[in-house]
Amino acid sequence: MSRVSVPCHVKGTVALQVGDVRTSQGRPGVLVIDVTFPSVAPFELQEITFKNYYTAFLTIRVRQHTSTHTPAKWVTCLRDYCLMPDPHSEEGAQEYVSLFKQQMLCDMARVLELRLILRQPSPLWLSFTVEELQIYQQGPKSPSMTFPKWLSHPVPCEQPAPLLEGLPEPSRVSSEVQQMWALTEMIRASHTSTRIGRFDVDGCYDLNLLSYT
Amino acid sequence: MLQEESDLSLIIAQIVQKLKGSNLYAQLERQAWASLQRPEIKLESLKEDIKEFFKISGWEKKLQNAVYSELSVFPLPSHPAAPPEHLKEPLVYMRKAQGSWEKRILKSLNSMCTELSIPLARKRPVGEQKELLNKWNEMGTDEPDLSLFRPVYAPKDFLEVLINLRNPNYENGDSLSFRTHLGLIQVPLKVKDIPELKEFFVELGLTTGQLGIDDSTQVPPELFENEHVRIGQKVLAEQDSAAAQQYVRQGSPTALRAELWALILNISSQPEDILYYEQLKTNVIQHDLLVDSLIYKDVKLTASNDDYYFVFEDYLYQVLLCFSRDTSVLGHFAYSSASPPKSYIRGKLGLEEYAVFYPPNGVIPFHGFSMYVAPLCFLYHEPSKLYQIFREMYVRFFFRLHSISSHPSGIVSLCLLFETLLQTYLPQLFYHLREIGAQPLRISFKWMVRAFSGYLATDQLLLLWDRILGYNSLEILAVSTGNESTSSQITWVYPSPGTSDSEFTLPQFSYL
Repeated sequence: MSRVSVPCHVKGTVALQVGDVRTSQGRPGVLVIDVTFPSVAPFELQEITFKNYYTAFLTIRVRQHTSTHTPAKWVTCLRDYCLMPDPHSEEGAQEYVSLFKQQMLCDMARVLELRLILRQPSPLWLSFTVEELQIYQQGPKSPSMTFPKWLSHPVPCEQPAPLLEGLPEPSRVSSEVQQMWALTEMIRASHTSTRIGRFDVDGCYDLNLLSYT
Repeated sequence: MLQEESDLSLIIAQIVQKLKGSNLYAQLERQAWASLQRPEIKLESLKEDIKEFFKISGWEKKLQNAVYSELSVFPLPSHPAAPPEHLKEPLVYMRKAQGSWEKRILKSLNSMCTELSIPLARKRPVGEQKELLNKWNEMGTDEPDLSLFRPVYAPKDFLEVLINLRNPNYENGDSLSFRTHLGLIQVPLKVKDIPELKEFFVELGLTTGQLGIDDSTQVPPELFENEHVRIGQKVLAEQDSAAAQQYVRQGSPTALRAELWALILNISSQPEDILYYEQLKTNVIQHDLLVDSLIYKDVKLTASNDDYYFVFEDYLYQVLLCFSRDTSVLGHFAYSSASPPKSYIRGKLGLEEYAVFYPPNGVIPFHGFSMYVAPLCFLYHEPSKLYQIFREMYVRFFFRLHSISSHPSGIVSLCLLFETLLQTYLPQLFYHLREIGAQPLRISFKWMVRAFSGYLATDQLLLLWDRILGYNSLEILAVSTGNESTSSQITWVYPSPGTSDSEFTLPQFSYL
């Protein structure tokens, strides 16, 4: 299905830590990233994609637009989504991830702001974050057409005219012809991607030294 | 779920695209055309009737084997936003390390080229071509002066690179923590622990029969061996790749091994394949490459000196020289962390139309490379089939043993798995070796890089390679290395599910 990227403003990460950041020994294990959409009206979120960088668990909270005068509240839409099965090892540490609206706990119809809460409980990593964050909304649907009445409301079948002897039934013929047409279309559309196998250029393989780029 | 469905259709589309260019596709098309003559094929139900015909005539099985082969070799399609280098290697610092290592190799090769004033590639004059063609089957008798050549690198050089591999985002401080790596490998890759290995290698448990142990002379053959051979013959009759792969996990009978491996690797010697090999031979005769001298040198240094393999010296040249010219090997770089070296035709530096890969298959041989081919010579005597088997083994398994990657079967993971197993289950041995300055990995690294070729007796080695094929993974090498380090049988005492206290013994390998 089509999707359209929504321009977003990613605020700087805020580390949540108990105590004074300067004096405490440990590194923060929780980071919060706020994502706002300054130039866009409240939209329906379709997909979030990003590249992970050593984040183990992700929680997403969303603030939606409400029509009444009540202030919009933060709701958790994704809770402790696991990005790294073993936070101490490299598995999943630099993977590309997509999250869809079907995976969210709540409706994502009128999104105003997002808050990503990143957790990395392992003390082994120097830093963690998510990169290349992209938010997508539903792309434009194909324009709906109004069908002529006789197409959408076919009249009840009249009794077909009696068949001449020896001719096959028309519905069977039409389905077979359809199948054969589909096969020919497939053959026409297919093409191979085999390599030719030549390693020289026009018979010449006289080389410079190997290049480093 | 929507995501799983779209993943599946993506995988199907990818496999179909790959198979479209293969011989099998052309053969299936020919068979379909020929089948139109048959009385049971009716025009109205053309698709269904042809599918039924394929099922009966065994062509569906061949297609099934081809699809299974593709699934085993190629990684699943990745996230759409992921660039191609992410598919080769997801971790950025490993990509960089592989890039620097490759640059070192290129520099070494270039400097050899300029020092010895030998071109990287040269077209042979006609007289020399004729001479080589006459000598093709006995290239071992040639004694060219190779004293000035030296191997581009040896496994110990590669080990030094792996030892210095560091993740910049990892706590590499000097203070000891619960996660300090006591071994040589300092990157925190995920490796299987014993419960996971036990589950993965379930067919190697004590209660399952194994060839190599349960077919020894003291054990009556009715207990295991006869039945196992009978099943093997049945698998071969069915021509089912997946069944063969499952079967060789318990070892393969010597008489059936060649056919079983060919079935698993989906290799059948068609006329097109023989023709392809002849074409490669022509390429060898026409052009002389610098890597040819490296191959000669390697064979003379390693395989020719080996008691088991010196008889196959001529075969090794015939396979390895052709291997260097085979551009189809370039396909494996899509899922390998390595990249093929590039160069330009003389005088056309920088022009992309004149860019070529060197050597044509992109693989620069190192010291001991020829030992990957040598054990296969016991199984296959026809050069084109031997060549196909070796090429398939290389692009499925062996390439992982000499490139830096985070893949579970990559050499870095194997080293870490070996060190972790040894530390966990033989901590005193590990500690002692470390104290006397002999880190265990330094001893065992060369065994793993060569997949034990040259370090194990051939019958033992082939049983080990049976398991590599059976499990589609090289992790057995790390586990065997753990076994070898103590030069005796290791028993892991581990309660297996369902019984109170049973032992899980690895196949016993006799040390050369």
